[in-house]
Amino acid sequence: MVASTFVDAFRFMPNHVSLLLEKTGETAELAFAALAIGLLIALPLGLWLGHRHRGLVLALGVSSLGRALPSVVLIGLGIGILGVGFWNNTVALVVLAIPPILTNAYFAVEGVDRDAVEAARGMGLSELQILTRVELPLGLPLLLAGLRIAAVFVIATATIAGLFGGGGLGDIMARQVTYGLSGVFAAAFWVAALALLAAAAIGLGQRAASRRMAPRT
Amino acid sequence: MTGWLVAKGGGPVIPDFGQPSACLKRNGWFCTDWLTKHWGDTLQPALVQHIQLTLIAVGIGFAISFLLALVGFRWRLFDGPLGGFTDLLYAIPSIALFQLLVPLTGVTVTTVEIALVSYTLFILYRTMIAGLRAVPDEVLESARGMGLTRLQTFFRVELPLAAPAILAGLRIATVATISIATVAAFLIDDGLGAPIFAAIETPDLFKTELLATGGLAILLALVADALLAALQRALTPWNRLR
Repeated sequence: MVASTFVDAFRFMPNHVSLLLEKTGETAELAFAALAIGLLIALPLGLWLGHRHRGLVLALGVSSLGRALPSVVLIGLGIGILGVGFWNNTVALVVLAIPPILTNAYFAVEGVDRDAVEAARGMGLSELQILTRVELPLGLPLLLAGLRIAAVFVIATATIAGLFGGGGLGDIMARQVTYGLSGVFAAAFWVAALALLAAAAIGLGQRAASRRMAPRT
Repeated sequence: MTGWLVAKGGGPVIPDFGQPSACLKRNGWFCTDWLTKHWGDTLQPALVQHIQLTLIAVGIGFAISFLLALVGFRWRLFDGPLGGFTDLLYAIPSIALFQLLVPLTGVTVTTVEIALVSYTLFILYRTMIAGLRAVPDEVLESARGMGLTRLQTFFRVELPLAAPAILAGLRIATVATISIATVAAFLIDDGLGAPIFAAIETPDLFKTELLATGGLAILLALVADALLAALQRALTPWNRLR
């Protein structure tokens, strides 16, 4: 029974390419917007706190609070505050994206060898130069790891948004009556593929970043 | 956007209210009269169900992950495929997984638990393997030097040393499960997700119910995290520094 569902899901795909592409586009757009805004907020804050070696409690607190926040509640709050539309889901997903990015940005910079930072300071680099030329390149792999977690989270949760009129591939998954179990599974495959693709792309950057740097001790 | 600000036809459509308070009529965020009235028949049962859902999922997930980790740790050959398998399970969106399982196990708690258990494997398996692998070679060397057998080394050296990592994984898995279990209400009327879904699906969104139930879910996760952190410290007294 399960096996036939898988087969049917793959039969569903060629017949509904335009539908799947359209819904994937919506999911991707939503996820990309949320990640971009999340980065804009969490990255500077995390980097700055890490550079100053301050706010450990904030970094840890944000990460455990972020894990505790159920996505359904976030989406509900988004609807309650902003009404149904693009922004309620985007804001909910931004809130979800911030913790891993902030925490990893913090620890990426905070964990950089202090001797390297002191050496840079001794060479007369400004604090901003230290951050961008020393700490950021050294911490980049960890930073990207956080971005990867955020991307997977956001794409997975974007499907739950579909349950409440959020559009995207979740819309297909929430409507088994219309699209059948094969449609639900076809959409699930596409979401999983989208998440894995995003993770792989960021992972590639991560690998390139760590290869460029000597192994840290 | 203003849909919920203006009470339509005398207030949000919420059944069984008799005489709604002014707060409920304007669909406020925190109507204490609703909370006191429905703690007993809505919130508390949902909370208890949610704890049950989580305990069963994490308990079974822990047992399965431990067995898988034993295999993956003892025979490195299996580690890659097992890790990949748990990755794959985790990549399936919960809503789709529920629907896939329904033909097999029906619209039941079992279906929800199977999905929740499969998500815990991803976190638990990886942290267990990482914890066991992190035991330094010198330590294993000296265990061998002291004449410990393979089994003794595992139970007296490797497992205790991996305990902090394993418990850290348990913490993350528990918190994540409490969070994901709210989606179970997509399928069955069980756990804290049920009032959350009901609140969102109420025309104009029933804010007090959403905020109260959502707050309970977050609180439950934070309390569970703190309890497990305490357990982690109690069980690994040699690791107090962290």
